[in-house]
Amino acid sequence: MKGKRVGLNGDTAVAFAAKQANVDVVSAYPITPQTIIVETLAKYINNGELDAAFIPVESEHSALSAAVGASLAGARVFTATASQGLALMYEILWIAAGMRTTIVMALGNRAFSPNINIHCSHDDAYAARDTGWIQFFAENVQEAYDLTLQAFKVSEDHRVLFPSIINLDGFILTHSLEGLYVLDDKTVEEFLPPKKPYNPIDPEAPKTYGPLDLYDWYMEHKKLQDYHFNNNVPPVIKEVFEEYAEISGRRYTPVKTMGVEDADIGIMILGSSAGSVRHVVRQLREKGKKVGVISLTQYRPFPKKELVEAVKNLQVLAVMDRSISFGSPGAQLYMDVASTLYNAKHRPLLFNVIYGLGGRDLTPVHIEGVVEKAEEVLKKGEVEEEQIWVGLKE
Amino acid sequence: MSIEWKSWKELPIGKIIPEPATTLKFKTGSWRALRPVLNEDKCIRCLLCWIHCPEPAIIRLEDDLVKIDYDYCKGCGICANVCPVHAIEMKMEGE
Ligand code: SF4
Ligand code: SF4
Repeated sequence: MKGKRVGLNGDTAVAFAAKQANVDVVSAYPITPQTIIVETLAKYINNGELDAAFIPVESEHSALSAAVGASLAGARVFTATASQGLALMYEILWIAAGMRTTIVMALGNRAFSPNINIHCSHDDAYAARDTGWIQFFAENVQEAYDLTLQAFKVSEDHRVLFPSIINLDGFILTHSLEGLYVLDDKTVEEFLPPKKPYNPIDPEAPKTYGPLDLYDWYMEHKKLQDYHFNNNVPPVIKEVFEEYAEISGRRYTPVKTMGVEDADIGIMILGSSAGSVRHVVRQLREKGKKVGVISLTQYRPFPKKELVEAVKNLQVLAVMDRSISFGSPGAQLYMDVASTLYNAKHRPLLFNVIYGLGGRDLTPVHIEGVVEKAEEVLKKGEVEEEQIWVGLKE
Repeated sequence: MSIEWKSWKELPIGKIIPEPATTLKFKTGSWRALRPVLNEDKCIRCLLCWIHCPEPAIIRLEDDLVKIDYDYCKGCGICANVCPVHAIEMKMEGE
């Protein structure tokens, strides 16, 4: 591990990364559990530690709108939000991606109302899944810091030009103090030199941004965006992960696996709970149980190839979602996994586990319960219950 | 530069239009179902149609006679409606 060991919570670690990235513009509105991020950045700017414009806006819709303008004008832009704030940004999420801004946004994952809840669900992350933003999931504070720095590099690459979201579980990561390694400013500066704007707003060379686009060219514009998102983003993410590994000693991969090579049963999960699942699975493996774990660092674009590869020896896969999608064939990650594997040469039996809504703890007992359920499926050779809820008062 | 795209592969990144004033190339006259036809003999050169046309597709000539610009006229009929002497008649396109 390279860098200095410090103690920070997820929010301050992300703010520190944005400061080291030397952002030009911070446009944000406070919302729990990300408020500490923008408060910390406001302090940096006020103290003169960061030379940036802080745009205090009246809502998240405005926060992202101002960020879009600043990004297209050539600035390195950072913002942060959560839950309802993300929902209020929804219209602009599509615009920020379609107009190919390079905004980096931290999303302190929080449950959607009703009822009002400030704790973790992945509702907000999933709500942004169709909008064309790159999405990363952090598992701990170290990852939240590392991914923020890497996201700027990915987004601003001229082969990419798409905005990025870094998901960090509300409170579990945003407010937990952890020991982590931070790079020195000079190393970050070399890794992340000032942004080279692509085709920025320029009064000397007028262009039209966001014009009317009807049945004659709208479809072609969407095709180009989709093509670039699917084909250009994943290789650049891999390159950036490699480069970051060299300077930090911490190597990221789109898909993270443990023990899937010799396992019959797999558990797939996103965010901070992946660590808990790995902890329980390690103990089960010591007892001889053939269980493996899959988690994603890169959620959008969805790493289909890597997932097919990761499950190739599994017989049963439990896909755990910290969210629900009312009336859908399953929750959001489950649907992604099921669609990815449908045409794969080998696909394990799948079932969906709903856990942790609104900050409900996922305990080792729950995780063992999921493994037991998977063992039943393995024995029977079929899935009788496609979705189970764990930690629910029955 | 002149915009002559044939495929999605040629489009500029970010859905921008890379040159200004391209609205001129967008011939909205093709949207028209009804066509305003001016009877110059009836026209009293009051210019009410010129003021009211939302496009504006009524061109004011030097002697205050008017001319309809069919490249951009959408056929809304406002000119015919405001003309005090019924010098403009709306006719079906193709007739
Ligand atoms: S029909 Fe409408 S658009 Fe056409 S010239 Fe008359 S007022 Fe203008
Ligand atoms: S409103 Fe009628 S009379 Fe007046 S300028 Fe137009 S066509 Fe001529």
